[in-house]
Amino acid sequence: METIAMPAVNIASIMPECILSVVAMVLLLVNVFVPGKDKGYLGWLSIVGLAVTAASVVSGWGTPQMGFGGAVMQDNFAIFFKVIFLISAGLAILISDRYMVQEDCNQGELYPLILFSTVGMMLMASGTDLMVIFLGLEVLSVSLYVLAGWNRASLKSNEAGLKYFLLGAFSTGFLLYGMALTYGATGTTKLAGIQNHVMANPSIAANPIFVVGMLLIAVGFSFKIAAAPFHMWTPDVYEGAPTPMTAFMSAGPKAAGFAAFLRVMIFAFPMLGHNITELLWILAVLTMTVGNIIALSQDNIKRMLAYSSIAHAGYALVGFTALNREGVAGILFYMLSYAFMNIGAFAVIVLVGKKGEKNGTVQDFAGMGYKRPVLAVLFSVFLFSLAGMPPTAGFIGKFYLFSAAIKSGYTGLAIIGVLNSAASVYYYLRVMVFMYMKDAQEDFEWAGVTAPIALCLLVTVVATLVMGVVPGTILELAQKAVQF
Amino acid sequence: MLALENYLVLSAILFSIGTIGVLTRRNAIVIFMCVEMMLNAVNLTLVAFSRYLGNIDGQVFVFFIMTVAAAEAAVGLALMIAFYKNRESIDVEDINVMKL
Repeated sequence: METIAMPAVNIASIMPECILSVVAMVLLLVNVFVPGKDKGYLGWLSIVGLAVTAASVVSGWGTPQMGFGGAVMQDNFAIFFKVIFLISAGLAILISDRYMVQEDCNQGELYPLILFSTVGMMLMASGTDLMVIFLGLEVLSVSLYVLAGWNRASLKSNEAGLKYFLLGAFSTGFLLYGMALTYGATGTTKLAGIQNHVMANPSIAANPIFVVGMLLIAVGFSFKIAAAPFHMWTPDVYEGAPTPMTAFMSAGPKAAGFAAFLRVMIFAFPMLGHNITELLWILAVLTMTVGNIIALSQDNIKRMLAYSSIAHAGYALVGFTALNREGVAGILFYMLSYAFMNIGAFAVIVLVGKKGEKNGTVQDFAGMGYKRPVLAVLFSVFLFSLAGMPPTAGFIGKFYLFSAAIKSGYTGLAIIGVLNSAASVYYYLRVMVFMYMKDAQEDFEWAGVTAPIALCLLVTVVATLVMGVVPGTILELAQKAVQF
Repeated sequence: MLALENYLVLSAILFSIGTIGVLTRRNAIVIFMCVEMMLNAVNLTLVAFSRYLGNIDGQVFVFFIMTVAAAEAAVGLALMIAFYKNRESIDVEDINVMKL
């Protein structure tokens, strides 16, 4: 048995995580020592913390930092994803305060929990050791279980939290068993070590321990990104969780799942990467189709967006199946644009919603186009972008993903993707039909826009349109983030 | 001394019992116990491999898994209490407010 040698610690490689953890812990204390019912200020403090972290993240662009004996690697790939996480956390925080006050669950611990889950996501993106990826995933998940069940008085929220917890823990079991078997077959948990071992012993591809391990890892991650047939938890959790938390869950953690999945599959299993494309192909087609077809018949708008988020994971899996530079860059771009357009759509839902999550069905949006013209136009922009119509970010993202698939010779997959995208137009446009072509059933009373939500809407709509009209810079950055 | 295979088979059996338990049991706490069993099957696999390979990483991993499982238990039981307060049941058949 070897002795444990202290690995070379390089704090710079986890600086952003350190900053954000400290901010979250300070906010926990501030929340205890500052009396008063109004917790909105914690949201602004969190935004400042996220901004400082973002500055620290972005300053590392172009200079990869490896730390802790190769367990953590902050490269451009990780940085791009970290920016996505920070943005989705910031936007979710902006729409939280009003909702939480309205639903009487305005405890200050909300904000530190969001920040802790962001730390978990960041660790997942920069982890290059199965242990670090697992720890990041758990920091993320444990915080999210609480956030999903945040509204203790609401049975729906209780259910969402409990379901998410039981199924999340169950899927973690599979992921861990896969990691354990991979460790047994290769003798290391470091991705670089696994890669070297696989390169040196090609016969390992026939080793059942290794193959089962890898498949179980894939199953575990598929649960986390809600790919069919491992998506069953998504609709209930997304519908039951508080709306701002649903927005957060559909953008950040999904991107984090993709970050870790990509990192493990592409960097650790380069040879097997091309053997699992068959599997990814099936996963992508199933995920897109199941998500879109069930979304067609949904009346509850949160549930509809939950199924649509499954479908969007399917589009991203198309880029994954392509397994080329464009495909992975496409996933990065798509996850960023999805964060903007989806959180934007949820911001509108938060504004329209009444206490007890009333006004949550498609029918409740009837007549909004005349009563609340500006809000209706914004909602339309987000829905158009989700449906993938030009000139929005959603169109560019899909175009990029599908053209990557064609470039790798998966023309059939791209065609299925486009057909799915066409089917999805139905349920997005259905909301618009209600907004503009049906009469309002009751007076469209509401509590009015607050400054944070207005800011969130402004940022998301501008980003959705800018990324749709002039996507060049961000696409270029996404390509620079992919180094293989 | 037992061979590596014995440990691997035992942990595979434990993992399967846990999985079947999660899929067939109805009480949320029993389901959670089954999940814990799955995690402990993983721990056994890791320790067996660690010993076999003469590499300490696997044992370090086990400590992390135990710590995380404890944190998960705290959060999970709290969620069950919150659910019980509203529903007076922790039968998963009663987790049914939302339907397709």
